[in-house]
Amino acid sequence: MDKFTTLTGIAAPLPLINVDTDMIIPKQFLKTIKRSGLGVNLFDEMRYDSDGNEVEDFVLNKPAYREAKILVSGDNFGCGSSREHAPWAIKDFGISCVIAPSFADIFFNNCFKNGILPIALPQEDVDKLMDDAERGSNAVITVDLDSQTITGPDGGEISFEVDAFKKHCLLNGLDDIGLTLEKVASIDTFEAQAAQSRPWV
Amino acid sequence: MTGKTIYDKIWDAHVAHEAEDGTCLLYIDRHLVHEVTSPQAFEGLRMAGRPVRAPEKTIAVPDHNVPTTLDREEGIKNEESRIQVDALDTNAKEFGINYYPVDDIRQGIVHIVGPEQGWTLPGMTVVCGDSHTATHGAFGALAHGIGTSEVEHVLATQTLIQKKSKNMKVEITGKLSPGVTAKDITLAVIGKTGTAGGTGYVIEYCGEAIRDLSMEGRMTVCNMAIEGGARAGLIAPDETTFEYVKGRPHAPKGAQWEAALNWWKTLYTDDDAVFDKVVTLKGEDIAPVVTWGTSPEDVLPITSVVPSPEDFTGGKVDAARRSLEYMGLKPGTPLSEVAIDAVFIGSCTNGRIEDLRAAAEIVKGKKIAEGVRGMVVPGSGLVRAQAEEEGLAEIFEAAGFEWRLAGCSMCLAMNPDQLAPGERCASTSNRNFEGRQGFKGRTHLMSPAMAAAAAINGKLTDVREVM
Repeated sequence: MDKFTTLTGIAAPLPLINVDTDMIIPKQFLKTIKRSGLGVNLFDEMRYDSDGNEVEDFVLNKPAYREAKILVSGDNFGCGSSREHAPWAIKDFGISCVIAPSFADIFFNNCFKNGILPIALPQEDVDKLMDDAERGSNAVITVDLDSQTITGPDGGEISFEVDAFKKHCLLNGLDDIGLTLEKVASIDTFEAQAAQSRPWV
Repeated sequence: MTGKTIYDKIWDAHVAHEAEDGTCLLYIDRHLVHEVTSPQAFEGLRMAGRPVRAPEKTIAVPDHNVPTTLDREEGIKNEESRIQVDALDTNAKEFGINYYPVDDIRQGIVHIVGPEQGWTLPGMTVVCGDSHTATHGAFGALAHGIGTSEVEHVLATQTLIQKKSKNMKVEITGKLSPGVTAKDITLAVIGKTGTAGGTGYVIEYCGEAIRDLSMEGRMTVCNMAIEGGARAGLIAPDETTFEYVKGRPHAPKGAQWEAALNWWKTLYTDDDAVFDKVVTLKGEDIAPVVTWGTSPEDVLPITSVVPSPEDFTGGKVDAARRSLEYMGLKPGTPLSEVAIDAVFIGSCTNGRIEDLRAAAEIVKGKKIAEGVRGMVVPGSGLVRAQAEEEGLAEIFEAAGFEWRLAGCSMCLAMNPDQLAPGERCASTSNRNFEGRQGFKGRTHLMSPAMAAAAAINGKLTDVREVM
């Protein structure tokens, strides 16, 4: 997995609540058997019209935001389906950090498995960053995971919370499965005991 | 020491390892797999040279992509869909997991097949790369959706890295009124708590109205726990549960049945357990409901009118404006005057036999309104066979419905079953998101009986008027 340490880039504003995973990557793009190549279809039904032409006023189509690395959005971001295609599409587009007041549970977890940092902040902090993001290509924000701070274009700092274990994995680009297999003896022991106590499983 | 909730009890029985910061390895008893969220996980195993740790606890079935028309034995015409189903076929054989292929009568929607075959049992941990895994909570199992990376993690280790959620109680007191169903309960709860109301929690549904539900109804309620943001929803097992489970192909038998039953009967929330959040609804206050917008929280009784964006506050004002524009609805319009183009009866929410019976009861001897397209898609091949045996298929066909083969169908339109742009659908599925049932398609969620009533009248209809 890609490491996430610091990220400096343009933040794109998407001031909508309940951005769902069907919006992020519609169902017709879930037929792939690969993880890559989904960036072009990120937010497909908002980004393109029915003829496949770009919708001019959609944020990621505006010249200032085509290279965005950070997305700032509303409450309950990533609700809906468990499709990991959603973070795959976000990452493939080039976005590695999503900032919102709250996230849906499965999407939030999926981000960490793909080198994306989801940051939940109080509404007033998100509002401030949303204002910053509205400034277009001047909206360069820096996210430092180690110090857990976001630095806005005017130099103002906002600190954020992140689970210590998830932070450790992101900073070092660790593979969850490899980490878990280091504890395989615990799994073996548990499995053997469960086979005795709940043999019907 | 305070008592434990049922969630606490199941959690405690499955912790294989706990780190100092509370991060746990949770052992997984059943891993359900479908074709859309698994190919990349199997590919990951293959590249790392890892086997599936517990193939006997892993069950795969194709459902999202499969066509539901009778000609599907000729093969899947869409190439990408066919490749994905073929990949599951290959992976199931190569890794030696339990598998129900497209042409097996037991094939169907993964969340209907699991309980039907007795794979899902009380007290288990159940996961699947699908958010509607919450369905299995109806058995008093801890069941939730996971992403593809986690699918690979479970395949390789039979565990998940988890931190415990908080406990939330949703109590539905008293009795339901005639015409009100499990679907109305679960939609009414989301309407009250919002789509993020359950975020960070595992919900236990309880109360007389929940106890009175059949297993089918309980599955409908738990299925949509995710739509309320919760990690999982569950219901303590009781005689209704045990009765349903007993005799199913993979349910325990003989002495093991007795041993299992003894443990299952301990799976209830202790009287002195403490919940972090409690929501209570009176059964008699719940009406037949429909959704009007593009979020499952946009729920109103069928007797209401389309709301105005100004009825809301905060970010919901803009969201409601956007929803109404997408849905082509004007504030103040009575919901019962909204004309529909299509009706979809099926999905992991409402594709079980009881759902088909409820819909058939409404349409019996009647015809679908002119110009309306109706589709009934059983949740599994076995549900289809039973419905045919009970004469339900004939009722639907006589009314003008298409009687389909099992699959996810128009719930998410990854297959040929889709709405055209602007088409409006009365649907028994679980999500009314933009584009969910087809590009620019418009979805109103409701119960099977309400969808059947809408089919007859050609518009959203209060089922109590046609009962």
